[in-house]
Amino acid sequence: MDIFKYYSELEQGRIILSFKGKISEEFLSSVYQTMENHFEEGAEDVRLKKKIYYILIECLQNVFHHTGNLNDENGKSDFEGNDNAIFMISKSLADNYVITTGNFIPEKKISALKDRIDSINKMSKEELKALYLDQLNSTELSEKGGAGLGIIDIARKSGSKLNYSFHSVNPETSFFTLSIEIK
Amino acid sequence: MIDNLIIESTVKTPEVKLNSNGFLEISGKSIPENSIAFYQPLYAWLDNYATNPAAKTELKISLEYFNTSSSKCLLDVLRKLDVLNKSGKSSVSVTWYYEDGDDDMLEAGDDYKSLVPLPFSFMKV
Repeated sequence: MDIFKYYSELEQGRIILSFKGKISEEFLSSVYQTMENHFEEGAEDVRLKKKIYYILIECLQNVFHHTGNLNDENGKSDFEGNDNAIFMISKSLADNYVITTGNFIPEKKISALKDRIDSINKMSKEELKALYLDQLNSTELSEKGGAGLGIIDIARKSGSKLNYSFHSVNPETSFFTLSIEIK
Repeated sequence: MIDNLIIESTVKTPEVKLNSNGFLEISGKSIPENSIAFYQPLYAWLDNYATNPAAKTELKISLEYFNTSSSKCLLDVLRKLDVLNKSGKSSVSVTWYYEDGDDDMLEAGDDYKSLVPLPFSFMKV
């Protein structure tokens, strides 16, 4: 790994924050606080600051709720996986904020997740709004707190497509990365 | 008259003031990982309040941010108030505050307005 390149990117402000480890509730609190302080000093307008913050929260909570030992409806763990994750806030070459997360997921969940993101990526702003309202109105919150709304909201607020990839780690596990450029 | 429910804000949860005189307020940030746990006492208070409400109930929602898991809980709060309003026991209104320039928060309020038939007004701050 080229540490100087990493340092230079930090120095130029391309990488604003990066983290690898277990995403805990305490960690999330400190990230929110750090980003609030960052934005207080920055020149971004209210609309953009809030957008970044919203998307950041949803991305991190997605990782928080879907990492590690996932339990099915019967409380049975179906994935004794690695609960480490990576998360980064950076700037693209076009100077837009980019939020990237990476976490391990069970291989068998890939196909449903991929289909969901692909279908969301095909939707217009109006279709996303209609889907969001429909899910908000009809879905119950799951045990883990999500209502399937996070990913729709990220697409709605970011105004860009959700970039993703799956990297197979072993026959049961893949590393899932999600990257959102905020325009 | 039931006791008021007052909850102080934290980094992830809003300040809540539910007064039995009919003034209800939720303000700040609502971004907890487990929003049901946070909103449960509010539901319980509202159910209790609905048995003997004030003639007028005014809910002020003044949030800087809320996550999608809270969005479901806020809808449940509004639905409870809608039931109360329809019962005729209290006349309920909602005021949705949003920061000047925060189009997403204004749209979020508009989303709720389209889902719950309560009188909504919007206030820019």
